[in-house]
Amino acid sequence: MDTMPKWADIVLIPLIGLILAFLLSGLMVLASGQDPWEAIKIMVEGAVGSSYGWGYTLYYATNFIFTGLAVAIAFHAAMFNIGGEGQAMVGGLGVAIACLFIPWPHWTLALIGAMIMGGLFGAVWAAIPAWLQAKRGSHIVITTIMFNFIAAGLLNYMLVDVLKPVGAMEPATAKFPEATHLPSLNDVFLIFGLDLFKRSPVNVSLFVALAACVGLWALIWKMKLGYQIRAFGHSEPAAKYAGISPTRMIMISMIISGALAGLMAINNVMGEAERLVLNSVEGAGFIGIAVALMGRSHPLGVLIAALLFGFLYQGGAELGLWTSIPREMVTVIQALVILFTGALDNMIRMPLERFFLARAIRARAASTPAE
Amino acid sequence: MDFLTILQILDSSVRLAVPLLLACLAGLYSERAGIFDIGLEGKMLAAAFASAAIAYVSGSVWIGLLAGIAASMALSIVHGLASITFRGNQLISGVAINFLAAGLTVVVAQNWFKQGGRTPTLEGPARFSEITLPFADALSGIPVLGPLYAEVISGHTIIAYVAFLFVPLTWWILFRTRFGLRLRAVGENPAAVDTAGISVIWLRYSAILICGVLCGLAGAYLATALQAGFTKDMSAGRGFIALAALIFAKWRPVPALYATLLFGFLAAVATRFQTINIGTFRVPVAFTESLPYILTVVILAGFVGKAIPPRAGGAPYVKER
Repeated sequence: MDTMPKWADIVLIPLIGLILAFLLSGLMVLASGQDPWEAIKIMVEGAVGSSYGWGYTLYYATNFIFTGLAVAIAFHAAMFNIGGEGQAMVGGLGVAIACLFIPWPHWTLALIGAMIMGGLFGAVWAAIPAWLQAKRGSHIVITTIMFNFIAAGLLNYMLVDVLKPVGAMEPATAKFPEATHLPSLNDVFLIFGLDLFKRSPVNVSLFVALAACVGLWALIWKMKLGYQIRAFGHSEPAAKYAGISPTRMIMISMIISGALAGLMAINNVMGEAERLVLNSVEGAGFIGIAVALMGRSHPLGVLIAALLFGFLYQGGAELGLWTSIPREMVTVIQALVILFTGALDNMIRMPLERFFLARAIRARAASTPAE
Repeated sequence: MDFLTILQILDSSVRLAVPLLLACLAGLYSERAGIFDIGLEGKMLAAAFASAAIAYVSGSVWIGLLAGIAASMALSIVHGLASITFRGNQLISGVAINFLAAGLTVVVAQNWFKQGGRTPTLEGPARFSEITLPFADALSGIPVLGPLYAEVISGHTIIAYVAFLFVPLTWWILFRTRFGLRLRAVGENPAAVDTAGISVIWLRYSAILICGVLCGLAGAYLATALQAGFTKDMSAGRGFIALAALIFAKWRPVPALYATLLFGFLAAVATRFQTINIGTFRVPVAFTESLPYILTVVILAGFVGKAIPPRAGGAPYVKER
């Protein structure tokens, strides 16, 4: 039943959800005795008020583009990949191994190598739950949650017992060699004589993330495989009837999903930290869920939502720095966004549908001449 | 390994199993009624904070406990609104609840106590004290059994004993009462329950409210019995281990007890020993910590006995129009 115009479904509903989330957060800030307007000003100033702030916002956004796309492609196949966190962790392991043990002559080659390894590791970490779902019927949500914890255990073991340099105290790998260091956006802009994004971690991975958006858009809407994935996501029996193999769809969509989550490591591990530490993902895998929901699983939507969350992350950090509002406020906003744009979607949709239906009826009544 | 060490490990196994057991039983009610709940973690965390904060302010652990249960039930109602009333995605709602609790507890704790997102340390009547069961001292002279009774069975808080009592109680409610039969039916075939003239919505709401109460107990146990106060993220994935235990137990109360005791034991071993040597092979502590999750995946994969969830789980019920 098409009671609503398309723009309302795509733009209006997420927007109302977002506004509700922000209103509630504002009320919370107000209740804690702070001025919400002041808080917003600090966030805007800190996140987009300077090219340094932009550098951090874009760095976080790069992470969220990868994890958001990962959740989005799985959503298209009606799979809920809650394991982006673990896949990104294991992807980091792949990137670290690529950077530490292969003597790369130049960063471009190192980047390609790291992308392959990170993507591969992430893909494997998603492929196991996918196979269990397709062949053994284990619920993908539960297995990917379990795999998040197993990934944390694996990473802990690898860092403490295997990859930690001899004599080091902290569970982390050695610094990656110079040749693998990715140019920051500051370096890129310096070529053109512009000193932008100084001392901020945003790096060339951003371009990989943007390319991934375009690539995924082409895959989902311009290729046969994407059509098959969407068909499978809409109706498994119908897809089966059309000769699409469910096992193949589950495996492919989850492998792409895991590879995207794993790719995130070129940004946070290779681009920023330049070594692998225990808590390198910092919840970006989970933010991917909010980003994909907010962006309606469309690559362009994911891009916009990732920018928004990048802004929230950087702004939230500034908020924690300059006010007594801790940066966990961002977690609250994130939760409210997931709640309103995901779980309580119908709460917004139902009244809107009624509104548009009433309007359509009125319009029809007006166009038919009175008898 | 001497006898005393074994006793200590068993004792801390029980201690660590209690919150898992309560959360696991909480999930049992919810999922048996057809509502997936991955928000157990968040509800525990919210209850842990609320109970510690109110117990500190009021000086009474019992008022704290009530506050913890109320906080957890409030989140249950959010979950109910999302997944029952507005027929949204139960998994997404659970994810949102986990984040909401993780963020909100720290924000509120910082605002109230200004100690970096924790509550002040609880003392005296603001904490649950340990109960020494009758004859614990008198019987401790008996070899093996005496110390076992005195150390492992006696000396826990009231919530621990309540948790263990909830196992037979849950079994009785689910399998011997009319309410339990209906609850299980609504998780398998809600349309049939609806046809019989029983409200699906009411049954599912009561299931998630029971779930809220039990998660509240679990959270209060963490902050006022196991530890003395709330610290950031103190539930530390226990809600997910409870979920794992629920699958491990195949959604049944008595096996849930065994599963949580096993996972409690693994946690106790992992905290006590950094590495375990079996012959020349060294087991890293990370492996012991991951074992509950690995075991759950194996069970889910159906290689060792298949775990089949309630059939209507995760699907919102739409009355025929």
